[in-house]
Amino acid sequence: MVTKVQFGIFTVGDVTMDPTTGRTPTEHERIKAMVTIALKAEEVGLDVFATGEHHNPPFVPSSPTTMLGYIAARTERLILSTSTTLITTNDPVKIAEDFAMLQHLAEGRVDVMMGRGNTGPVYPWFGQDIRQGIPLAVENYALLHRLWREDVVDWEGRFRTPLQGFTSTPRPLDGVPPFVWHGSIRSPEIAEQAAYYGDGFFANNIFWPKEHFQRLIALYRRRYAHYGHGTAEQAVVGLGGQVFMRKNSQDAIKEFRPYFDNAPVYGHGPSLEEFTAETPLTVGSPQQVIERTLEFRDYFGDYQRQLFLMDHAGLPLKTVLEQLDLLGEEVVPVLRAEFAKGRPAGVPDAPTHASLLAAKREAEIAPVEA
Amino acid sequence: MKLVVVTAGLTQPSSTRLLADRLAEAAVRRLAGHEPDVRVIELRELAGDVANAFVTGFPNARLRAALDAVTEADALIAVTPIFSGSYSGLFKSFFDVLDNTALTGKPVLVAATGGTARHSLALEHALRPLFAYLRAVVVPTAVYAAAEDWGGGQDAFTDGLGERVERAAAELAGLLTHRVPAAADAGEEVVPFKEQLAALRPKR
Repeated sequence: MVTKVQFGIFTVGDVTMDPTTGRTPTEHERIKAMVTIALKAEEVGLDVFATGEHHNPPFVPSSPTTMLGYIAARTERLILSTSTTLITTNDPVKIAEDFAMLQHLAEGRVDVMMGRGNTGPVYPWFGQDIRQGIPLAVENYALLHRLWREDVVDWEGRFRTPLQGFTSTPRPLDGVPPFVWHGSIRSPEIAEQAAYYGDGFFANNIFWPKEHFQRLIALYRRRYAHYGHGTAEQAVVGLGGQVFMRKNSQDAIKEFRPYFDNAPVYGHGPSLEEFTAETPLTVGSPQQVIERTLEFRDYFGDYQRQLFLMDHAGLPLKTVLEQLDLLGEEVVPVLRAEFAKGRPAGVPDAPTHASLLAAKREAEIAPVEA
Repeated sequence: MKLVVVTAGLTQPSSTRLLADRLAEAAVRRLAGHEPDVRVIELRELAGDVANAFVTGFPNARLRAALDAVTEADALIAVTPIFSGSYSGLFKSFFDVLDNTALTGKPVLVAATGGTARHSLALEHALRPLFAYLRAVVVPTAVYAAAEDWGGGQDAFTDGLGERVERAAAELAGLLTHRVPAAADAGEEVVPFKEQLAALRPKR
């Protein structure tokens, strides 16, 4: 089956008190819940599960490839990804090794989203300086990009100890590096980086009004074409989103309101109504979620990946699983059909290991054009 | 020519707004011929939006319109009541959510109101450094209006409020009419990636 647009979920991995019961899950419960949620994502027909990376409470996912490797062993089709992998404070050599290993274990069902991380103390905890965030992202990724493509690397930079005659093992599966998305909330430099390499660009699309992300995505698309990877319409775009659904929209609003009002990220600020008007958050019926998500294509152009944030702010596991049933049964099938309609022929499908491998083989046998 | 007035008075009517209006009127008079267009932003009306912007990390549409107006202004008149020896929290909060490059090179007139003239140097030790950080060009005369200034206030040795308003407005108008035109907006183009990479080559 060709999946033109991939649908999935991304998780922050926060351990948050359920404001309706006052109960906070243990780290162990939360980690097991994340795995259950990932397995459910495959069961209801979603394409992607992505986990964040954090190194401070109240978040549990400090070791994404460990978790994704475990999920890989228990799934068949699900693409395992991150949201995001810290390209600033992780050693790019270890990222190259960890994700290549995961790629082999998961038979290629792996990609990765690079991000800088916005928690100030994490930088010094890992020996870095947040003021160097962009240069770290630029240099570390330049090295990672080479480690996956060159068997033997000599390298010297500003931030990491030099390498002489280094081979990152295992080599990427089939010689095809994991597809890379670059995630950014604010920085045009990262849109430029994604465009330069012909990688994907992911707009979190949660915390800011759409106009903000329209500017970033337009820049990415323009620069993607500038660097000769294709037309602006062919650039590879992913979007976030967050929804809470019940059959009856009033039930959804009533049930979600205490979680919204106490959410660590935006709670105790604007009302649910103000926030849904200002950002892509949709709380309502599956039909409302479908309509709002279809608007994304009008705002950002035809795109390749849609991830939803579903399991945060202390929502109990049972509720999250019910949400995934609604997403998989009532929302995503309609979105797949609607997004396929009128999609220009030149717009690429979402990248997979199989599609990247096919493209690589085609490039190898194609005669060089004069 | 766009002149934006930011006033942080809390009561209605407010002496802070009164001072803001007098400064704007004096500036407009001196800018006749430059088609001055004045927009007044009452922070009181945006107090909840400013607080929400701190919590959510982004300004809502109403606050964004005010921030955009300040960013696009040719000059700014910023007036605050003095609370506890400094600008009001709401006044500072508004400039905290403004992008820290929005005022770069922009002529700014600062002014304040207070119950007693003893707090007038708050303009020099609080407002002027704030706008210096934001790289604005602050006019030399900062205007403070204590309660007694509204009823005279001057003596043989000190200018009255009216004189100070006129002097500050003249300085602002002078900056506006004599300054070098700003460089054309570079738009959203970014530093080309090759330059970002080249900047990271190891230093030998």
